[in-house]
Amino acid sequence: MVATANNEATKQSPARSLARSLARPAQYAAFPVALLVVWQVCAQLGFVRRNVLPAPTDVAIVWFDLITGATDAATRYSGTWLNHAAASIWRVFAGFAWGVALGILAGLLIGLSRIMERVLDPTIQVLRNVPVTAWVPLSLVFFGIGNAPAVFLIGLGAFFPAAVNTTHGVRQINTTLVKAARMMGANERELLVRVILPAALPSIMTGVRLSMGIAWVLVVVAEILAVRSGLGYLLNDAYLFYRNDVVIAAMLSIGLLGFISDRLVVLVRDYLLEWNRLETFSGQN
Amino acid sequence: MARISLRHVGKTFASRHGNVTALADINLDIADQEFITIVGASGCGKSTLLNLLAGFETATSGEVTFDDAAIDGPGPDRGVVFQQTALFPWLSVEDNIAFGLRLRANRHRGAPHVIVERMLARTGLAPFRLRRPAELSGGMRQRAAIASVLAINPSTLLMDEPFGALDALTRSVMQDFLLEIWEEERKTALLVTHDIDEAIYLADRTVLMTAHPGRVQEIIRVDLPRPRRYDMRSAPRFIALRDHVTRVIRDEAIRGAAEVAA
Repeated sequence: MVATANNEATKQSPARSLARSLARPAQYAAFPVALLVVWQVCAQLGFVRRNVLPAPTDVAIVWFDLITGATDAATRYSGTWLNHAAASIWRVFAGFAWGVALGILAGLLIGLSRIMERVLDPTIQVLRNVPVTAWVPLSLVFFGIGNAPAVFLIGLGAFFPAAVNTTHGVRQINTTLVKAARMMGANERELLVRVILPAALPSIMTGVRLSMGIAWVLVVVAEILAVRSGLGYLLNDAYLFYRNDVVIAAMLSIGLLGFISDRLVVLVRDYLLEWNRLETFSGQN
Repeated sequence: MARISLRHVGKTFASRHGNVTALADINLDIADQEFITIVGASGCGKSTLLNLLAGFETATSGEVTFDDAAIDGPGPDRGVVFQQTALFPWLSVEDNIAFGLRLRANRHRGAPHVIVERMLARTGLAPFRLRRPAELSGGMRQRAAIASVLAINPSTLLMDEPFGALDALTRSVMQDFLLEIWEEERKTALLVTHDIDEAIYLADRTVLMTAHPGRVQEIIRVDLPRPRRYDMRSAPRFIALRDHVTRVIRDEAIRGAAEVAA
């Protein structure tokens, strides 16, 4: 098989091999580029006023100024992007860290012990169904305006997917592996560290990934309602001043940072779970 | 002196449909270095019996002793080879073999890397040492599982249909592999199977069990010479033994089916 593939590659004309090496980037770019083109055309045809639906080029210009402060296209927001982005990133990771840590711990306890399941699980299952946004009023009353309520809300949101998926991960472990480890003389700590944690890791990482997604949703909610900095705050403030170009630039910034955070989680996951790819379906080319 | 001894052993499971007696009045002594096979139709409690010896389950009546002490949970003195290969999918072959040796309980057994090398050489898995279980064939996987159990050097091997999931050819190769290791190490071995040929070919004595409840029907001494060789399967003595075991097990299976129908 390998030999045939090599032969084909050497036989190919330069033009064909170039087309082939461009196929992949083209597959990635096609849809977003089409979306931008349609958007640009719609904005330019003037179906809606330009300040209601700014064109991608308008957004790009204002975004550039938001970041660099070079052109003053974003006026009062000029050059503020880095501070807002840093504030949001910090909140996301602070909330994510405590929520995920506590979620994994709770998930392990519930998964490992029937007693802990009876003690903790009903409460978690009820609270899980309260939308985290419903916690906003109380968290403002308790923590006031500032970082605290934001980090609290984000952590709360990140907690549940981590907890539920960790429990699931522990409960679907193959009992033969646990039996084998016990037979070889593993103590409780060794069983946890060498068998249960690695075996539950695929599920745990699924939870962690969902937690990261929720964290970026909640940072915007929190920043609209509870703080005066961050991309969510920028977005809401620009909305009040009728700067839809800044609104869209802030939206795209959140999307992009959320995407990068997700890629980071996936990178860690793929590093830790390289073995799992051998056992699971990975799509067709 | 018996390494393993069962006296009037019974095991009853509570289920939704009332109590189910899996084993009743089992009496069996297994000598040191003896190779015992247990054969019977499915549902005769042969795996339950192995689980009692492994320490995964406890008898509801009677006495099970290992080296004259009551069995209290699983332990590295009784290595278990499972039907569903117990390899850790995130570990390579060599790390799987080293798994038991890296546990606190087995620190005294020697340097993992030295023992792992020996096991890799003995099982022919050295070229595949860095592979993950998912990258191995069924036979290689079971070899690795056996190697990981042998690595902790248990005095007794308990095997629950270890070759049940393999194709016929691989299975017979694995039987010879197992015998070769047993000849060298002379461990006490107990192997549960529903394959009559396998039960006879491997055993010093083979225990025939009947179902509902699981009882010892007969214990047959397999008086074929050691070391066993593949072509012994066509020897008249082997065929006579096989016919006998087949008749007993078939009669039992038919009687069991009739009872269930009645």
